[in-house]
Amino acid sequence: MTTKLNTPELSRRALLKSAAAGGVTLAASATVTAGATTAAQALEKETKENPITTKQDWNQVLGDGVDANPYGKPSEYEKNVIRRSVPWLTASPESSINFTPLHELDGIITPNGLCFERHHAGIAEVDPTEHRLMINGLVDKPLVFTMEDLKRFPRTNKIYFLECAANSGMEWRGAQLNGCQFTHGMIHCVNYTGVLLKDILAEAGLKTNAKWLMPEGADASGMNRSVPIEKALKDCMVAFKMNGEALRPEQGYPLRLVIPGWEGNMWVKWLRRIEVGDMPWHAREETSKYTDLMENGKARRFTWEMDCKSIITNPSPQAPITHGKGHTVLTGLAWSGRGTIDRVDITLDGGKNWQKARIDGPSLDKALHRFYFEFEWDGRPLLLQSRAIDSTGYVQPTKDELREVRGTNSIYHNNGIQTWHVNGKGEAENVEIS
Amino acid sequence: MLKFPKTLSIVFCLSLCATPVFAGKLNLGREATKAEIKAWDIDVRPDGQGLPEGKGTVEKGEQVFAEQCAACHGDFGEGVDRWPVLAGGLGTIKSEDPVKTVGSYWPYASTVFDYIYRAMPFGNAQSLSPDEVYAVTAYILYLNEIVAEDFELSKKNFTSIKMPNEKNFFADPRPDTPSRSKKKPCMKNCKKEVKITKRARIINVTPEEDKKTAAKE
Ligand code: HEC
Repeated sequence: MTTKLNTPELSRRALLKSAAAGGVTLAASATVTAGATTAAQALEKETKENPITTKQDWNQVLGDGVDANPYGKPSEYEKNVIRRSVPWLTASPESSINFTPLHELDGIITPNGLCFERHHAGIAEVDPTEHRLMINGLVDKPLVFTMEDLKRFPRTNKIYFLECAANSGMEWRGAQLNGCQFTHGMIHCVNYTGVLLKDILAEAGLKTNAKWLMPEGADASGMNRSVPIEKALKDCMVAFKMNGEALRPEQGYPLRLVIPGWEGNMWVKWLRRIEVGDMPWHAREETSKYTDLMENGKARRFTWEMDCKSIITNPSPQAPITHGKGHTVLTGLAWSGRGTIDRVDITLDGGKNWQKARIDGPSLDKALHRFYFEFEWDGRPLLLQSRAIDSTGYVQPTKDELREVRGTNSIYHNNGIQTWHVNGKGEAENVEIS
Repeated sequence: MLKFPKTLSIVFCLSLCATPVFAGKLNLGREATKAEIKAWDIDVRPDGQGLPEGKGTVEKGEQVFAEQCAACHGDFGEGVDRWPVLAGGLGTIKSEDPVKTVGSYWPYASTVFDYIYRAMPFGNAQSLSPDEVYAVTAYILYLNEIVAEDFELSKKNFTSIKMPNEKNFFADPRPDTPSRSKKKPCMKNCKKEVKITKRARIINVTPEEDKKTAAKE
């Protein structure tokens, strides 16, 4: 919805044209007031740079032939659509995080190259022929599988969101980061192909006292977590494909654990071993990290499930309204680790009045849901919020409601309602309201 | 086979071709050898399961720490720049600015061993011997006033270590806000007045680079 001027080699013609098209640079958009669009459109009709009456290069000359890009890549005009990081958050890029550009995407599927990254020891570059998955511990027969072996189990395809428990974690004390990429971008949703974990476990044979699993990664952090057996047998997958192609190295190539609806840290990447045990391990990532500290000094542990949450992706600070007043499309995402999304409500006035948004596209268990809300913008400032309700009746709380129960030190699981203030120029800011 | 009467081939197929394969009967994978399990099975639990043979003193640990850990974590575990702080923070957990360390926060000493053994030093993981990990764990416990200066940590005495914050962890009580059936979400005239109370622009911590990119948009 935002026209962009991120042209690689900007011709003078294109520049004039886009300036005429009504302010795509921030500087220009700052001067756009409600109603400017019509003026810009009128100007376009008369100017020599009219995109219809002017012949474009691509109307006349031959483009690249097949195989110019054997893998393929997005248009040069989309080069702004990238993951971004917040350098001050972490000490080193090998143990760090970046964010999915939610404001640039639509539908419910995240393209593989835009899925946010979180590594604890950089990206392991694993040779799939040298990769093994070991199942050991409380099993009848400890087993080792090659990637070839794993692909011979019955396969399944599932679309699931993966959200980092620390998504929106920087916002516990108040509005901090100006952009939904940064406030909510530790999430992605892809179609996984893989095999059910229960089938692999059955092959090894679980002993009767098998109660917990400890998946472990092959990277230099040896990521390990404790997973209760009930969840493992219910819906966990061992995946080798995302959106039809092999997992990206940064998403755990060649093998990752999929734990639908639960915090992303548990979805161990570069999965090389699963130990079966009778009690949890209390690994570093479920004690020092990923425990939720309350105000009284006590901390919640094993906070696995991702609560129901939603975010308006457009308009948002990185995606202002550039067309001025008139018909406006608001859109966003909603999800729940406990099921599907029943309803999303939208307010334009900071929560005085709410209206139902339109959920469009598939409504799948533990997957992103896309919602739209179309309205006539009168050019007056807006206080936008979305509120999701999931299939269990869980209502997305306000940030203050969460703080009331949890204080502000819990870092993880901030699923509070986000507010964007949109000013008369269409620019949006991350704010909190009374 | 090709000449089988239709009905017969169906019966034949039902019993063989179409029989759903029972889990565990696929004969996929091979048995892991003892040596393979030993090579990978390095995890340690709070009850001591998984601890390798070995021991190490605080004094030895101080040496290892100075050589292999202090560049990032500081000589006393205080953390250099933004690298993690490993010691101190006692009494801060209830404060506005909690400093979570091995001593102030971690519930089990086994986690210190398990994590260092698998993941540290950062960039040269799984390079320490069991004795070195016992020693460096002892040193970190010493920095956190959990063991004395002359302490030697070993497989035998490991489970005698109790961490001060262990009792402060509890099970996840979520959902912890009212559901639709308890509190119907308000749709009309929900509040009279709305004021902006906090603004991201004032805090101004969104990455610079992004502002540049944004300015191009
Ligand atoms: C090059 C810097 C570096 C060196 C050297 C290093 N570490 Fe670390 N250490 C880190 C980083 C980075 C993390 C956090 C990693 C993550 O979160 O993924 C960490 C985490 C830790 C933690 C967990 C901290 C917490 O609060 O959860 C412990 C314990 C630790 N290191 C011990 C050691 C020991 C012992 C050594 C020496 C044998 C060592 N480290 C050497 C960088 C370093």
